[in-house]
Amino acid sequence: MKITEEMVDYISVLSRLKPEPEEKAQLATELERIVSYMDVLNRLDTAGVEPLSHVFPIKNVMRPDLPCPSLPREGLLKNAPSEDPEAFLVPKAVE
Amino acid sequence: MELYELTALELGAALKKGQTSPAEVLAAAQARIAAWQPRNNAFITLPPPAAPQGDSPLAGVPMALKDNICTKDVKTSCASMILGDFAPPYDATVVERLTAAGAVSMGKLNMDEFAMGSTSETSFYGPTRNPWDPDRVPGGSSGGAAAAVAAGEIWYAIGSDTGGSIRQPAAYCGVTGMKPTYGTVSRYGLIAYASSLDQMGPIARSAADCAAVLDLIQGKDPRDGTSLEGQYGTLLSSLTGDVKGLKVGIPADCFGDGLDEEVRRAVLSVAELLKSRGATVEEFSLPVMEYVVPTYYIIACAEASSNLSRFDGVKYGWRAAGYEDLTDLYQRTRTEGFGSEVKRRILLGSFVLSAGYYDAYYKKALQGKAVIKDIYDAAFRKYDVLLTPVSPSTAPKLGESLSDPLKMYLSDIYTVPLNLAGLPGISIPCGFDSKGLPIGAQLIGPALGDGTILNAAHAFQLETDFHKKIPTGKGGSVL
Repeated sequence: MKITEEMVDYISVLSRLKPEPEEKAQLATELERIVSYMDVLNRLDTAGVEPLSHVFPIKNVMRPDLPCPSLPREGLLKNAPSEDPEAFLVPKAVE
Repeated sequence: MELYELTALELGAALKKGQTSPAEVLAAAQARIAAWQPRNNAFITLPPPAAPQGDSPLAGVPMALKDNICTKDVKTSCASMILGDFAPPYDATVVERLTAAGAVSMGKLNMDEFAMGSTSETSFYGPTRNPWDPDRVPGGSSGGAAAAVAAGEIWYAIGSDTGGSIRQPAAYCGVTGMKPTYGTVSRYGLIAYASSLDQMGPIARSAADCAAVLDLIQGKDPRDGTSLEGQYGTLLSSLTGDVKGLKVGIPADCFGDGLDEEVRRAVLSVAELLKSRGATVEEFSLPVMEYVVPTYYIIACAEASSNLSRFDGVKYGWRAAGYEDLTDLYQRTRTEGFGSEVKRRILLGSFVLSAGYYDAYYKKALQGKAVIKDIYDAAFRKYDVLLTPVSPSTAPKLGESLSDPLKMYLSDIYTVPLNLAGLPGISIPCGFDSKGLPIGAQLIGPALGDGTILNAAHAFQLETDFHKKIPTGKGGSVL
């Protein structure tokens, strides 16, 4: 499987990462080597096998519907790089 | 005898009998940490310890937590720059449980950034070093945990294991480490790497200590939907060391090419000892080993790319400067705040989940996981425990692994299948190689067979003293 610099650009956008232009060639080479190795999975016969996302058959886990306190707003905001007493602050996103 | 030579249970008992005092124990831990921290860099944060409250066989025994486990108002960094001085507003469930059992936390332990690595070299806070040889890595990602227990700085630690991150550093450092059955320890408050594979567990000197810790931390937690209902709390009391009639399977596929000869001999000596105590031992074939590493890395990276999207410079931690708009804020913060191994795994994860490649990689890996689980389930219809190496070799030198990520991934071959299949596994010290480095053996159990592997490990430790060896700190170069 060939990984091009254009693919690195595309998955960087999906990942919200921005590699430097000079890093892209090396990333493409590294990812290609790893992805090509992963291609050994093609030798494993999985015809008719259901994909398994969770190892144990537990479904629809419920807990009693009891009110309990949430964490205080102050505690949740105190680690933010930029905040006011009620919210996280970010640059304007909608004009 | 020095206090640091005792196991956690022995120290707990000595405290109960009044043979030592809480003040003396705390002073001993602090002295040991002061002596070793400059040499092995096992800790990231050393807050003032709080007085113990609550009772258990381990009450008053100093311990520490890997730095991806949330501790209320105490810095929790995942060894990453991106979390800055993040101090969580809550304790993880394991921390609540240990606090209620009288644990004394000495601090937060170094690790690979976001638990992604096998060497503990990718930490933003500098690498941890192996107490047996400071030129070598302690393993990873729970390298600080294994190094601190091995050096006698703490009597046990809580690590996390997504693909071997408890078992492999335990093997490299000559201590005992256990990944319990998936779902038996609540993940609430563990900063997620790959949620379907992550599990917390103990690193300590002995299997008995691990059983005692698991008795405190296992249990159903309404805050973790994947935690399992079950009968917990009896692992320690059911350790007998009796392995008569225990059926031990040795997968021949785990002893083939690529395995160091000294490691092979030491691991097989565990089978001999169990046999001498009445177990039956049989070789068999486990024809999936070539598929476990690609399956693991596809699933782990896919989940990581999703889980780590929460680190965006908005809600907690560090934010880059000089951004132009919101997207630029995200991109700069993540590009500058994450290390290169973390970024590599996020990119790989985004790739295997992206349109056009999802079926070929991610879906294929989930099918591979089903096949791997079936093959292990079949093995456990014939055997009670499986015996394998933990890692193909003993601890490598610093810098040797990071230059070739693929080679580093391949060294996880013996540990990752347990995470894929949800199975419990314990790493026990079983010898030293000719360089004086510890060797680990892995005992694997069926789902919820935690007690069975602990008992087999305990039987081995009743007749050996590899787990009691403590590094002197005299070998190797000075930092």
